[in-house]
Amino acid sequence: MRFTAENLRIAEEIVARYPLKKSALIPLLHLAQEQDGWVTNEAMEHIAELCEVTPAEVIGTGSFYEMFKFHPVGRYVVNLCTNIACQLLGAEELLHHAEQTLGVKAGGTTTDGLFTLEDVECIAACTEAPCFQINYRYFNRTTPEAFDEVVAAIRSGKDPLASHGNSADPGPLPPHGTLARTRQSIPADRLGGIIPPEEATEPVWLARNQQGDAANG
Amino acid sequence: MADAQGYIAHAPGYVLNEGPKIVTSRFPYEDSYTLERYLATGGYEGLKAALARTPDQVHAEVRDATLLGRGGAGFPAGTKWGFCPPGVWPRYLVVNGDESEPGTYKDRLLMERDPHQLIEGCVIACYALGLSQCFLYVRGEMALAQERIATALNEAYAAGYVGRNILGSELSVDVVLHWGAGAYIVGEETALIESLEGNRGMPRLKPPYFPAAIGLYGKPTIVNNVETLANVPWILVNGAEAYKQYGSESSPGTRMLAISGHVNRPGVYEVPQGVVTFRDLFYGDNYCQGIRDGNALKTFIPGGGSAPWFFEDQLDLPLEGRVVGAAGSMLGSGAIVVMDETTDAVRACLRVVRFYARESCGKCTPCREGTTWEERILQRILDGEGRPSDIDKLLDVADNISPGPDPVAAWEAEGLPAIPFPPKQTTICPLGPSSVAPIASAIRRFRPEFEAKITKRDSIPVMAAGGGA
Amino acid sequence: MTTTEPTDAPPGIPVTVNGQEILAEPGELLIDACERTGAYIPRFCYHPRMKPVGMCRMCLVEVDTGRGPALQPSCMLPCTPGMKVETESERTKKAQEGVLEFLLINHPLDCPVCDKGGECPLQDQTFAYGPGESRFVEEKRHFEKPIPISENVLLDRERCILCDRCTRFAKEVAGDPLIHFQGRGNHTQVNTFPDDPFNSYFSGNTVQICPVGALTAKPYRFKARPWDLEEVESTATVDSVGARIAVQSSRNVVLRYLGVDSDAVNWGWLTDKERFAFEAFNSPDRLGSPLVRGADGGLGQASWGAAMRRAAELLAGTDPARIGVIGGSRLSNEAQYVWARLLKGVLGTDNVDAQLDDGLPAATVLGLPRATIADACTPGGVVVLLGPDPKEELGSLYLRLRHAAVEDGVTLVECTPRPTGLARQARHHLHPRPGEVAELARALAGGEIAGTDVAGVPAEAVRAAAAAMQGKQVTVLLGRPSLAERPGPIVDAAHALAAVPGVRFLSGLRRGNVHGALDMGLAPGLLPGRQTLDAAGAAFAEAWGTVPGSTGLDTLGILRAAAEGRLDLLVLLGADPLSDVPDTTLAAEALAKVPEVLAVDLFVNASAASASVVLAAAGPGEFEGSFTNLEGRISHLARKVTPPGTARPDWMLGVELAALLGADLDITGPADVWTELAALAPIYADVDLARIRAEVREGVLVTGGPAALAPEPTSAPKADAYSYRLVATRKMYDLGVMASHAPSLAVLAPGTSLGMHPLDADALGVADGDTVSVTSPRGAVTAALRRQSGIPRGVVTLEVLQPDVATTTLIDAADTVVSVRVERA
Ligand SMILES: Cc1cc2nc3c(=O)[nH]c(=O)nc-3n(C[C@H](O)[C@H](O)[C@H](O)COP(=O)(O)O)c2cc1C
Ligand code: SF4
Ligand code: FES
Repeated sequence: MRFTAENLRIAEEIVARYPLKKSALIPLLHLAQEQDGWVTNEAMEHIAELCEVTPAEVIGTGSFYEMFKFHPVGRYVVNLCTNIACQLLGAEELLHHAEQTLGVKAGGTTTDGLFTLEDVECIAACTEAPCFQINYRYFNRTTPEAFDEVVAAIRSGKDPLASHGNSADPGPLPPHGTLARTRQSIPADRLGGIIPPEEATEPVWLARNQQGDAANG
Repeated sequence: MADAQGYIAHAPGYVLNEGPKIVTSRFPYEDSYTLERYLATGGYEGLKAALARTPDQVHAEVRDATLLGRGGAGFPAGTKWGFCPPGVWPRYLVVNGDESEPGTYKDRLLMERDPHQLIEGCVIACYALGLSQCFLYVRGEMALAQERIATALNEAYAAGYVGRNILGSELSVDVVLHWGAGAYIVGEETALIESLEGNRGMPRLKPPYFPAAIGLYGKPTIVNNVETLANVPWILVNGAEAYKQYGSESSPGTRMLAISGHVNRPGVYEVPQGVVTFRDLFYGDNYCQGIRDGNALKTFIPGGGSAPWFFEDQLDLPLEGRVVGAAGSMLGSGAIVVMDETTDAVRACLRVVRFYARESCGKCTPCREGTTWEERILQRILDGEGRPSDIDKLLDVADNISPGPDPVAAWEAEGLPAIPFPPKQTTICPLGPSSVAPIASAIRRFRPEFEAKITKRDSIPVMAAGGGA
Repeated sequence: MTTTEPTDAPPGIPVTVNGQEILAEPGELLIDACERTGAYIPRFCYHPRMKPVGMCRMCLVEVDTGRGPALQPSCMLPCTPGMKVETESERTKKAQEGVLEFLLINHPLDCPVCDKGGECPLQDQTFAYGPGESRFVEEKRHFEKPIPISENVLLDRERCILCDRCTRFAKEVAGDPLIHFQGRGNHTQVNTFPDDPFNSYFSGNTVQICPVGALTAKPYRFKARPWDLEEVESTATVDSVGARIAVQSSRNVVLRYLGVDSDAVNWGWLTDKERFAFEAFNSPDRLGSPLVRGADGGLGQASWGAAMRRAAELLAGTDPARIGVIGGSRLSNEAQYVWARLLKGVLGTDNVDAQLDDGLPAATVLGLPRATIADACTPGGVVVLLGPDPKEELGSLYLRLRHAAVEDGVTLVECTPRPTGLARQARHHLHPRPGEVAELARALAGGEIAGTDVAGVPAEAVRAAAAAMQGKQVTVLLGRPSLAERPGPIVDAAHALAAVPGVRFLSGLRRGNVHGALDMGLAPGLLPGRQTLDAAGAAFAEAWGTVPGSTGLDTLGILRAAAEGRLDLLVLLGADPLSDVPDTTLAAEALAKVPEVLAVDLFVNASAASASVVLAAAGPGEFEGSFTNLEGRISHLARKVTPPGTARPDWMLGVELAALLGADLDITGPADVWTELAALAPIYADVDLARIRAEVREGVLVTGGPAALAPEPTSAPKADAYSYRLVATRKMYDLGVMASHAPSLAVLAPGTSLGMHPLDADALGVADGDTVSVTSPRGAVTAALRRQSGIPRGVVTLEVLQPDVATTTLIDAADTVVSVRVERA
């Protein structure tokens, strides 16, 4: 899908935050994924227009990053860490259990389109091993039982963050594609001034160095 | 607040123990991420202190504090800040919040729990160096951190701490939240810049060794780690001298360490730099309180997945970059992974190697092809399909990525002179060579475990006579 | 320079390579310095015409810069004084062997069926530097076998070693980043965006620079093995850039053209049109024998004797004043000379024009100070585009200009009636109203700017461009920007720009060897050696026996005379006026009216179909000779194969016709032409075929020529009774004779649609894709509408020679500009 009118407005706001348009490529791919749950070809073509690059450059950049999905995935993407700290505390066994609970191998999506299970690298929660994320929200120090409860909660329409998340993240758990539930937005009257690099000159406040030197000297 | 073990529910893994707290001081507050709490606890005082002085003076203060980079290389921030070529504009600040080194968990806490502290550090750095725009690059998988930073930035813009005419001064700096999309290599600073330019996150060739000369959009760019910048407001409020009261002379201040694996109280600790030893950390009451189930220590990774492994022989080394480097490893990103005697060395080694194979950006032939090959050989060995020649082949493949003798603590243990870190490389960045660290470490120290997995399978034909010798 | 002057030229940078001191040039990369001095370092990703990326790591060598020896990629390392380099040490060898082994573990073992087998750098280096046997026992990486990434290029991702050459070329050199790395790490592959093929005019270059057989070109696939190929260096003739090529053949059939790196011209690159043009010359439609119109009224094969007699009769039997000769750009310099002598020195007619009314007066092109490509690309200079779109019409020049703009700070100023293919690189976009460009040129050259606009260009923009030209080395790319605009305004503009201090002009005449034709006198009023009939007539009359008494007609004049019944014989020297002149209605009238037509050609083109005699000519690669490019640079045209049937070289036809007319030219081969020229033309005093052959790579630049003649006065554009002015341009691919006989190119003509500014389209109430009718006083066509914001208001664009839309039927050569009415159809 191309961006909706509302998302196009957000996209343009994002593009404006960078000195060069191509820098907005990754945030716009996220926006597309937020809109559709995955990144469609139409979205990439739209992003190419907005960033003034070719669609090949969009997919070239996008496909480097594993968070972007170029085919439909589950509404809930489970990222189970099996890297060293988690492995030491049973992550590989937990992954095996998760595969059985969901009935898919790592990388697969359940037939109801609800879950995609992934075997991922370190998610920066090593002291909380074994751990996993659902749609990039954390579930710490988990067990096979806890995993099953989380799956059951989702299947019954409950918010698993409330019951099994960590208290740092209040939830609710958004669908796959949505990351931050708040966006940065710079009011026009507070904008410091974002300009292409070739237009930049020495920042005015550095003049204070001379004044300071004069004052000191 | 903290439970009996010192854990704080809203800051998972953080342990509130004894000792000075510079960057985690607000963690006990549930609402530490709000502007209101930040201001109530001395927030943005560092910025005010900075604005009362000239930019050069602010830079000097940070230089005098010997604030070491916390992203892995431990390079002093104040010195790096001095590398911007004079008279070349614009200059940018890029904050490295891509934390993804295996075992590392600290920047995420800082971003989730105290985003204003980081933002304040950024604005101060911009003031000091004339950086006209700051990009806060947060790892893609950290949704909550992105949310907290977005909210904090919106608050800070509205309240005049960021943006046009900060605090009524002529300082105008935009701080933009940028977020990644899943690629470890993007933590490498030149790859981070490529990514921020909308490209594939592939490291650039060195020289230039620092993006301070040629960085974002080809312009001078300072890249600093989240924790590095989070220290800056405190330094401005309290001064370099106060900062140097903590830690050792060459490594002043504190640093955050994540200790994971087989310890009784895994967690993230803010620890004075350079003085605490690994033994203190693993066994001390103030820290991890021993190995689980009273087991013996088998090995530990002292500084993230890329660091060569240490063994009980290194337990009494202090957490001091130079000492650890000389012993053949690195402190890296403050990630310590402890493995007890029940650990399968081959399996652990494979898991770390697999990480590099999956995360190679693909630019350099030795890394792209070599790390995958290593993984596949190790997988075969683990699966009982190994051949006797595999171990030497593995070492030779590793040698083609990281030529010459490898820095591994085992050398010293064998009575041989230590080979200091970092290793040599045939690649652009250290990612490929990092895959050699676990291989060299595990094989030098635990070779019989590898051999046991191979010789178990009698049905596998031995390649040539004496192939296993 | 005197010997006493102190020399401050840098003496070179001393570097020790394998114990021997060499001198590197400042900024020279180690890999180049070593190669230059005899120590070749293996490499895959490095290419001297692209930025180094240091990806493959094959070029690792041990380098000591004072901190102890370390392995460094020599493709990334500029030489520094005192560097010590070991290209053959144990360490270096082990690293290189290691890299090769890594590259081979996923490379398929299909060399026996691979096009690259035998000329494959990976294969060669494996023999030279590789480990003996593979230790890799695992399964190799798998991809679907070759996938088409464009009409003519296939990609086998299993063979790809990810050197980034093709992708870098696409982005950096061609500016068409349509192929890209995708995925990461060991899963990285090169690919296009789904359903968005690698439609680049330059795609074939990627096949040539691929260091393995991953990219293959359809026209060559499975045609031959490299060891069966013979090769000779020559010049591409499809446009006037004259790119250097290697012609490769096997068993008397040309199978492939490759780009050759000429520093002065094409840097090794070719357009696909240049690369695949050989297909047209191999076409079964080629004439293998002469044709004569028989009693039944049809053209039939005839003997050479009969055909030549008939041709000679036609020439001898017609009053020279009633003969018109169009064409000659297809011919070699030598053939052009022979024909000039036959026509002007034997027959005595001056109604001779190699251009097809689509160029500029010869006096303007030859008379203004001329620039080379290198002049135009001088770092920091300014190039004014006052001619055809280089991307569409002069592809290899486009690549040079693009590079100059992107890498060397050359400022491009578009002075074309519509945006060109260089619009993204151009700093100034001045699009004057058709017919009024001279006014803009006068303003750029420092004239007063009175109103708020100049020829429809905002005064601000004109001032900015004029300021950018101040004090800079300015080069004007001069040619015909639009076939719907007469040459007059362009000539006026060129002469106005001639007032810019130090300005030089790079000719943008596009057709094959048109510059050779002008230099050899195939234009009214000219004689060989850039000399005018007025100035050199007497000398030539002495040598040749006669010269025309006065200046004759140009192509427009010839066509008009024919249409009005004032001509009895039209000679088409490789010309197809029905396709190639702007006013094709006039051409059709001329051909219908003229009693006799004599054609000399490779094919029976549309215009030749009405000929009484068609003489079968030899094509490129089938004769020996030379070519003159748009700079005036002469380079070799090598003979590699024999012509089809009994087709003969054009020079030979000219000599034989002269003989039949009773004149012995005493020319027995192309070399003789230069002997004659050396005596008649001072600019060729030191040029001969042996030298041209010897200097095949860079060519022989010939300078000098007549001073500019007074420009043709321009009639002011008529007041517009119709609302839009038409801009008619060419595309790289069209229905021209050459392209339509090359199967790989024939399919590429993209069609045309009517380009219009969105606001104009809004005013008309038409949307993208709507069918509109376009009417001029001369004719009408219908086309689909395309809204394009780059097109100036009040202007509409169409491309010529495209399927379905007969654009040129709108053009009347009598009008300075073509005004049209656009309506929803
Ligand atoms: C493969 C690789 C991964 C890295 N990952 C990170 C990272 O996730 N976070 C980080 O701050 N630095 C990382 N670094 C280090 C950065 O390149 C850079 O040195 C650091 O961000 C500089 O900040 P500092 O001087 O404040 O430490 C990585 C380096 C390499 C080679
Ligand atoms: S070493 Fe690996 S990750 Fe680093 S640049 Fe090379 S291929 Fe990429
Ligand atoms: S040629 Fe130098 S790295 Fe490829």
